[in-house]
Amino acid sequence: MALFQIAEPGESAAPHEHKRAIGIDLGTTNSLVATVRSGMAVCLNDEHGRSLLPSAVRYHPDGRIEVGYDVRKRQAEDPKNTIISVKRFMGRGKADIAHVETLPYDFVEAPGMVRLKTVAGVKSPVEVSAEILKTLQHRAEAALGGELVGAVITVPAYFDDAQRQATKDAARLAGLNVLRLLNEPTAAAIAYGLDNGAEGVYAVYDLGGGTFDISILRLTKGVFEVLATGGDTALGGDDFDHRIYCWVIEQVRPQPLSAEDSRHLMMRCREAKEFLTHNPEAPISLRLATGEMIDLTLDAATFTEISRNLVSKTLQPIKKALRDAGLRVDEIQGVVMVGGATRIPQVQKAVADFFRQEPLTNLDPDKVVALGAATQANLLAGNKTGNDDWLLLDVIPLSLGLEIMGGLTEKVITRNSTIPTARAQEFTTFKDGQTAMAIHVVQGERDLVDDCRSLARFELRGIPPMVAGAARIRVTFQVDADGLLSVTAREQTTGIEASITVKPSYGLSDDEIAGMLQDSLAHAKDDAMLRALREARVEAERLLEACAAALAEDAHLLSAAEIEKIQAAADKLRATLAGDNRRQIHLAMDDLSYETQEFAHRRMDQNVKRALAGRSVDELSNPQPAGEHA
Amino acid sequence: MDLNADFFALLGLPRRFRLAAGELDSRYRELQARVHPDRFASAPEAERRLSMQWASQANEAYRTLKKPLARAGYLIELAGVDLRAETNTAMPADFLMQQMEWREAVQEARSAGDHHELEHLHHRLQADIAGRYEQIAVWLDEDADYLAAADGVRRQMFLEKLLLEIEDALAALEE
Repeated sequence: MALFQIAEPGESAAPHEHKRAIGIDLGTTNSLVATVRSGMAVCLNDEHGRSLLPSAVRYHPDGRIEVGYDVRKRQAEDPKNTIISVKRFMGRGKADIAHVETLPYDFVEAPGMVRLKTVAGVKSPVEVSAEILKTLQHRAEAALGGELVGAVITVPAYFDDAQRQATKDAARLAGLNVLRLLNEPTAAAIAYGLDNGAEGVYAVYDLGGGTFDISILRLTKGVFEVLATGGDTALGGDDFDHRIYCWVIEQVRPQPLSAEDSRHLMMRCREAKEFLTHNPEAPISLRLATGEMIDLTLDAATFTEISRNLVSKTLQPIKKALRDAGLRVDEIQGVVMVGGATRIPQVQKAVADFFRQEPLTNLDPDKVVALGAATQANLLAGNKTGNDDWLLLDVIPLSLGLEIMGGLTEKVITRNSTIPTARAQEFTTFKDGQTAMAIHVVQGERDLVDDCRSLARFELRGIPPMVAGAARIRVTFQVDADGLLSVTAREQTTGIEASITVKPSYGLSDDEIAGMLQDSLAHAKDDAMLRALREARVEAERLLEACAAALAEDAHLLSAAEIEKIQAAADKLRATLAGDNRRQIHLAMDDLSYETQEFAHRRMDQNVKRALAGRSVDELSNPQPAGEHA
Repeated sequence: MDLNADFFALLGLPRRFRLAAGELDSRYRELQARVHPDRFASAPEAERRLSMQWASQANEAYRTLKKPLARAGYLIELAGVDLRAETNTAMPADFLMQQMEWREAVQEARSAGDHHELEHLHHRLQADIAGRYEQIAVWLDEDADYLAAADGVRRQMFLEKLLLEIEDALAALEE
């Protein structure tokens, strides 16, 4: 049944169609999807009314791929083909993974990122994550009644470039248009801040299933400014389960456990942890395949004791973040708790003790990240709501640099720099007549290259031969608003330009992604060509709409002839949409983009002038009598 | 407006060391509100790229002008005077003497674990640094004496480094 739309007084009835945009919290243990409906962020539920989707993926021998509650419940049936907590493997090599010996998977070493051998073939963590994203995407499309314009996907603030890139690749593989990668604690701060009209300096303590983040933000009228962030991407609720698991093994000393028993026991440990949130003690009992019986009781005091150093491991990054922000503990106005593991009583107590105040828990710690992401998605998609005049200034969590002589790191961008950011550094040649230079990009805080994460290696070739030290090679690091890096190197002294731009890719090349995309589509019995055509059309329509909006606003910046040219290119693109030639659509899109380049410059110019407006020229040129330094 | 304009022009601020309270923050936010990539998420590719460049430049401008040391150094650079910060470390004997006394006092308090004394030194040094910025402000904004200012800035580098060392020592004591 269609309802009549009634506009608010003084507001015109929606001039543009509401765009379907979603926020996704892609969690270690659980994932969620949310959207903004009638100005309110809400989580979208499955057909049973549940908002959480367990981040568990099972590959069946018959080619079926299952995601969610049943998979988690029956994870001990087929541990090798049931992937849980896959987020821990994103952008990670086998050597990076904690407790790898207790995991039941058949790992395959691959450059950059581990793969998992399953009954459905060797899978990258990116592919496994894409299955979770697809499930949420379908849920959202069903709930919202059509194709989505895009999604904001959250990542731990402390995720490095490899982990962020892997997350974006997973979204691409799922066929989602990523509007932005958003840091989880920042998303929580948006949900919390807009909900409570908060102002001042806040800390967000985010302990999820597998990752820990601390972010310090300043909230001032409509601006969310991240001052510093810190954390540990291999610390979360899972580790508390693991501590209980080790405690049980120590008490019982059973025969080595089968993969199935190991999974069963881990599930019991997890249940015990959750039980202890509201009870003084928890039973742990399990009959093993050998017939041996485990029957123990874990009390709260023991749980606190065995997890003490996990809790204190979260306090170090807080101290560091406070120092980076130049703040003392007593300057923090409130502490927002995020993530399921913040329900653990000893975590709450430790945080309260550290900040000398009760943490804020009035928003559901499981949902708050997805709700914030949905709010941001709504804004980025261009849906106007009453509350849309806010700005988000986030930071990069880890320093980025280059290897220099002696295996040392030269930092180019320091941690907690506000993004997007671009910085350049100049280097020179080491030998006479040197024509190539090896560039090694690393991320991390340590001085030795070996202690940092290697992001990319590439070579700048075609440097004209000169004496050592004469060449000037400018290496520019650009970090975009998703926190993703690209690097450009250019020789500057001569007319001959040697230049290269790389995006670190961590073993997943564009071709590989294309291959995976083909595979997944073949499985879905969809037609890859048709899908690609449909995507091209959606993209073209988005471009046409953006151009029309720009023209409606700012046609005065163009001459009649220029408008005519743009409109001709737009008409040509529109004409190709009627056909089914994907190449022609792309070519026409390129033409239109080319014709609008100058327009883009003028529009940006106008924006900047407007930002500077309201000040007279006098004020700009005449010194003011009094002042102070920042 | 040119993307390569100097940072003061970029933010619509007068080119001087003394800034009115809160002015830099508000100019920066107003500019970001106009150029930030979040405002262009659905825009054509060319506009998104431009927005990233402008927002990056706005961040760099803010970072440079926010801290007095970097701001003073930038003004000196704009005036065409070489700060020679890396090569010119020659300082008059009395300044070096003073430096050594400071360092000895910090070292003593650190090894004695004297939190109170460290706090006291920190406070004194901060006041000293603030006073020197008053002088640098006069050189830059009134006298246009960039050589004197450059000399002052080189001294502040020493002092601010020492300030950081005291902060490190304080943090280490709190562990």
